[in-house]
Amino acid sequence: MHIAEGFLPPAHAIGWTIAAAPFVVHGARAVAKEVRENPESTLLLGAAGAFTFVLSAIKLPSITGSSSHPTGTGLGAVLFRPPVMALLGTVVLLFQALLLAHGGLTTLGANAFSMAVIGPWAGYAAYRLVRRSGGGLLPGVFAAMAVADLATYVTTALQLAWAHPDAASGFGGAAAKFLSVFAFTQVPLAIGEGLLGVLLFRVLVVNARPELERLGVLRRTPEPDQAPVPEATPGAER
Amino acid sequence: MRRHLVTALLVLAVVALFATPLLLDGASEYAGTDSQATELIEESDAGYEPWFESVFSPGSSEIESGLFALQAALGGGVLGYVLGRLKGRRTAEQTARRTAERTGRQAAETAATPPATP
Repeated sequence: MHIAEGFLPPAHAIGWTIAAAPFVVHGARAVAKEVRENPESTLLLGAAGAFTFVLSAIKLPSITGSSSHPTGTGLGAVLFRPPVMALLGTVVLLFQALLLAHGGLTTLGANAFSMAVIGPWAGYAAYRLVRRSGGGLLPGVFAAMAVADLATYVTTALQLAWAHPDAASGFGGAAAKFLSVFAFTQVPLAIGEGLLGVLLFRVLVVNARPELERLGVLRRTPEPDQAPVPEATPGAER
Repeated sequence: MRRHLVTALLVLAVVALFATPLLLDGASEYAGTDSQATELIEESDAGYEPWFESVFSPGSSEIESGLFALQAALGGGVLGYVLGRLKGRRTAEQTARRTAERTGRQAAETAATPPATP
């Protein structure tokens, strides 16, 4: 979960805010451009934002005996490329910082950097890696979701270790400690998030084929009218 | 049929993933990782004082969980709206194509048989 309000020293708080700001501004421009040039993308943009909204609201138990929540940023990264998620993820973080006392305003920069910048980019890299090595769409989506989730919390742990190095063992010791809290707890959540992403994409592949083809997620079918989509036959729906 | 089996198995896997820890260790408190991290900082960096307070804190855990539920509901609502619209669009396209095929066939038939009236 995110770094609590006030738990980063001022220098770190300001530093991370400056680091995250260009990504968020760039993301806002990417969203505006997408909506202007492809108004039909608005629906899927809404879906990507909504997915992050839902998933980061649900705290789930993990085998480590603690709980955390997924991030859901991998979906938008696969659909619209990572910059879009820099804005959408930050909106979610701002909502939680203002209304839920979860995360915070002084830690918004650091949390945005981990959840809205590192997470989506790491997830997108994993997706591209799977696709380029011949993996299908759904394995790619699974990798994107799981890696985006894990990378977010590994980053959070490292940010905390940097701000609060251990008195005896320094940064390394603190990193090991924070990673043992954040990263291990997150493993089953990342797997669950990957499965949820696959579930959602199975629906999108059937119902949002034109958008996915335009976004380059699916290859264009040679004859869209005669495309032998098995699900297209009536009766197969139930 | 196979498609729905896969969907059901995926849903089951997600449920099992999060039910297992509860079944194995129901006594655990499942504290949030954020509060665990906060405790760690207080232990290892005892001199550290949080220098900023949340602008607004929900008064009780009930209100807090309500607000989290609100966040999930907003997201779930929008997601459902989008998926419903996409699904409706596809159904409408299919219906339109089928209607077009049928009227096309009827037009061809009427063109083939000359009108009975002189």
